Amino acid sequence: MTQTPHISVKDLNVHIGDNHLLKNININIPDKSVTSIIGPSGCGKTTLLKSFNRLLDDIPGVNISGSVLVDGENIYNAQAEVTHIRKKMGLLAQRPFPLPMSIYDNIAYGPRIHGTKSKKELNELVQHYLQAVGLWEEVKNRLNGSATALSIGQQQRLCLARGLAVEPEIILGDESTSALDPISTKTIEDLLIKLKENYTIVLVTHILRQARRVSDYIIFVYMGQIIEFGPTEEVLLNPKEELTKEYVKGFIS
Amino acid sequence: MKIRLIKDKVIGTGMLTFSILAVSMVLLIGIGLYWRSLPILQHHSIWELISSSTWRPLKGEFGFLSFIMGTLWVTGMSIAIAVPLCLLVAIYLSEYAPIRFKNFFLPLVNILAGIPPVIYGVWGVFFIVPLVQHYIAPSFVDFSTGFTVLSGGIVLAVMIFPLIVSIIVEVLQTIPKELKEASLSLGATKWETIKKVILKKAMPGIIAAIVLAISRAFGETIAVLMVCGNVPISPKSIFDPAYPLPALLANNFGEMMSVPLYDAALMFSAFSLFVIILIFNIISRVILQKIEVKNA
Ligand SMILES: Nc1ncnc2c1ncn2[C@@H]1O[C@H](COP(=O)(O)OP(=O)(O)OP(=O)(O)O)[C@@H](O)[C@H]1O
Ligand SMILES: [Mg+2]
Repeated sequence: MTQTPHISVKDLNVHIGDNHLLKNININIPDKSVTSIIGPSGCGKTTLLKSFNRLLDDIPGVNISGSVLVDGENIYNAQAEVTHIRKKMGLLAQRPFPLPMSIYDNIAYGPRIHGTKSKKELNELVQHYLQAVGLWEEVKNRLNGSATALSIGQQQRLCLARGLAVEPEIILGDESTSALDPISTKTIEDLLIKLKENYTIVLVTHILRQARRVSDYIIFVYMGQIIEFGPTEEVLLNPKEELTKEYVKGFIS
Repeated sequence: MKIRLIKDKVIGTGMLTFSILAVSMVLLIGIGLYWRSLPILQHHSIWELISSSTWRPLKGEFGFLSFIMGTLWVTGMSIAIAVPLCLLVAIYLSEYAPIRFKNFFLPLVNILAGIPPVIYGVWGVFFIVPLVQHYIAPSFVDFSTGFTVLSGGIVLAVMIFPLIVSIIVEVLQTIPKELKEASLSLGATKWETIKKVILKKAMPGIIAAIVLAISRAFGETIAVLMVCGNVPISPKSIFDPAYPLPALLANNFGEMMSVPLYDAALMFSAFSLFVIILIFNIISRVILQKIEVKNA
């Protein structure tokens, strides 16, 4: 790995109650590239992703040890400000969850929270980020309409724009295309590939073809452990570990 | 094959019939009450009845304004006390409280809902009335018996508290976790998320809970009858006594029926209560619809 890491995970262990969900995770996520997390259902992909922006904090009975360094700062430090950490990362969930407000307010929500008040500035932000996800032309005449009236694919792009509007450095996606049709999926994938010039992107995906299309690196997780990490082609086409071979077997043949 | 389709038809029609029956029940009650209050409506116009506050049945003067105002004051008071409290409790239980505390507290709230009103009444008389009389009222007015709008409001608030809290907690629980996470991951604090996203999403449900509670408070009888003082004068402040419509009905039904028009007057009071609740429900329906369209 020649690139400097953007997220650096050291000895991360996550327990929920008696379940040991993540076991001794050590990983460096490279800067300005797409890293995909793959693995069988229930292996801890979502948990790993959420540990990056401390969305695990509120789960009852959760116990997190180890450290996650983002830009060299341990986000699990007692002094670390959780809103500041989360602002650095945009999250794109499995299904779109527009906030219960208008299209405009969905985008303006983040900037407003972080102190942008001027109407003019907000207007520009909204237009800029809607354009960034290719939604502007489709919705510019109904910015004050409800966000839930959009199609699922449009909603997912809206959610992406909403995340980008707080100017994060990192985008986290959890099977973000699994509810979408092939065309919307392609749109999102293309967007992500374009966005990696400026953002570090971490995706969870079940679809190995998608992992191959969009990602530079792949993390293979199995039963809460990282089994293999490397450049996409290597992991998918020439895996070193037995478990990885087993999992990507269908893909190679 | 055929039988399945027939079953489907039968069940469909059956349900429609019962729905119509249930709705026409409301209509029938309304018509019944109106019909029984016709004798008094032949002597006085509706407007006369609801705008006068002179209550002298023996002289044939029936003014319902004091009772209507009494109902509105006491109900309004109880809502003013209950709603903010219930919201805070429900938000705390669903968003902040440790699971174990929640699991302990919620069933307790539901037990509270099952206590018969007369017990709240007794509790009001022995606890709230003296409290208002000796500790609260003296700081505001010269003299108060303690049998006031405020006492009625407090007792009613405690009575509707469990209903509102348990419905709102239920509603908050249906908000998807991912929606919360979406807001949090934008860097919003927990409170910002609750205020701007969760409550907004839950607003229709919250309003429905409050509407249900208010409808119940309007009609509550025994408890208000015991603590409000039952003086047929429109209250001017929360330290005045009140005589809500349900109390009027319960106090007098079956008595003094020899007085001419008295039974029709009581029927009219029931009819008024019925109309108040109906109007209130229609208004809140309209508001709900507006919100639902806006938030979709
Ligand atoms: N809140 C929770 N409490 C208890 N266990 C949990 C909780 N969330 C997740 N788990 C458990 O943690 C394990 C990993 O879950 P996770 O959601 O990270 O899997 P995943 O790899 O994302 O699976 P999928 O591909 O199906 O989304 C699972 O066994 C799950 O049951
Ligand atoms: Mg998952």
